[in-house]
Amino acid sequence: MATPTLDEINHRVRILEFWNSWSWSFVKTGGILILFSHLWALNAPLAEASMGETGRILYVHVPTAWIAMVIYVWAFWCACAVLWTGKRSWDHTQEGCLEVGVVLNIMLLFQGSIWAKPTWGTYWTWDPRLTSSAVMAISFAGILVLRRMMHNPEKRIRASAVATIIAFMNVPIVYFCVNLLPSIHQMQSSPQTVDTAMHWPLRGAAFGFLFLGIGLVGMRARSAARRMESEDERPDFPPIPETLNLEEQ
Amino acid sequence: MNQLWTILAKDLRIEWRTKTRIFGLACYAATLLLLFAFAVGPDRRMLEAHASAYVWMSVVSVSTLLLAQSFHQEIESDALEGMLLIPVKPWAIFYGKALANTLWMLILAIFTLPIAVVLFELNPGGSPLGFSAVLVLGCAGMAAPGSLYSGLTARLASQQLMLPVLLFPLVVPTVLASVKATNLLCNGDPMGQATAWLGVLVALNLLYWSLCGFLFAKVVDE
Repeated sequence: MATPTLDEINHRVRILEFWNSWSWSFVKTGGILILFSHLWALNAPLAEASMGETGRILYVHVPTAWIAMVIYVWAFWCACAVLWTGKRSWDHTQEGCLEVGVVLNIMLLFQGSIWAKPTWGTYWTWDPRLTSSAVMAISFAGILVLRRMMHNPEKRIRASAVATIIAFMNVPIVYFCVNLLPSIHQMQSSPQTVDTAMHWPLRGAAFGFLFLGIGLVGMRARSAARRMESEDERPDFPPIPETLNLEEQ
Repeated sequence: MNQLWTILAKDLRIEWRTKTRIFGLACYAATLLLLFAFAVGPDRRMLEAHASAYVWMSVVSVSTLLLAQSFHQEIESDALEGMLLIPVKPWAIFYGKALANTLWMLILAIFTLPIAVVLFELNPGGSPLGFSAVLVLGCAGMAAPGSLYSGLTARLASQQLMLPVLLFPLVVPTVLASVKATNLLCNGDPMGQATAWLGVLVALNLLYWSLCGFLFAKVVDE
């Protein structure tokens, strides 16, 4: 295993210090914002004309989608940083982003199905937006599985960064498929596409999810950094072979 | 460029010398086609309508076994490290292997066609040029990311699991475009949509072959 450089150790320490100090604050702020914005959204006069009460899922579904995308972009950024700066410490944040991104992505699919049943009459339809979102979740979940399977930190970091960059190709497909392909899913939601009465609860929920997401990424990044620290401190035993050679056994 | 052709010739020669494996893969592809037919039942119209999907699904399934072996043989006796020390350029290794994989996948796809013609009444004769283009682009669109992931997972004991887990979600657009184009070319294309799907395949190939070739250097650069 390669010995970490001083620069890399400093970077890791900075990451640990930053997330130690701030991750809980982000989570708490996010939680409070989500709570208040949802209370506001649930008690606000109904502004959704065609869907009725079902339309209120917008306040959780749309922010989940936005923040899942933002976190995948962050994971992509970290993956590029790992490959081009060579600093393994970027990998900690990337791991956090992948985990939180996949959780948000799965939540997104469940929320969409709950909304689709009363609106479209089915939990699932082979719409481009739904299908590409499911494919995106599986792509990133596969990288998490890959990370668990690889025991050599150097190879794990490099492989997951490359796989993240490749899997990131799904993100623009998911975002733009409603514009480019025939779809029954709504166009991208924004303050311009909803009534003014819905702006602030929606914004509050979006910032809530953003802070919660950042906080959770921080917590996972912190634990990834500690795990890497323990891997670096381990005595230099011969590495466990990742390829089983049955002939030698 | 010479290095690329050497790697390509080497990979083709290795497979040619051990013909048993490629023959085994062809038998596996044929078995999958039979299984699809059994699973759907004897409804001839249904089988005919979905013939292109069965052909491509068998190619995709068989390709993981083909791709997994591609880098496995280089890991044994540290041949990959040896090649990099010569030094062979990483891009030459990637493109050599990806081209070899494309060729073998193409051969397997061509092998499945007569079976699909007999079992599902697939009609590839309507537009032979378009059909050939779909076959080449479809196989190439899977071989490029497949070769990259094969290199990534080559040292894993669980490669047979990880390769499809990573590769299948990525090749969904390629499979979709290949199946749609094949279906249109075989069952009639009154709206002229096949060209659009061929365009999608060309775009995906450009993206995969450039990005995967670029990233492969990062995979082996140790």
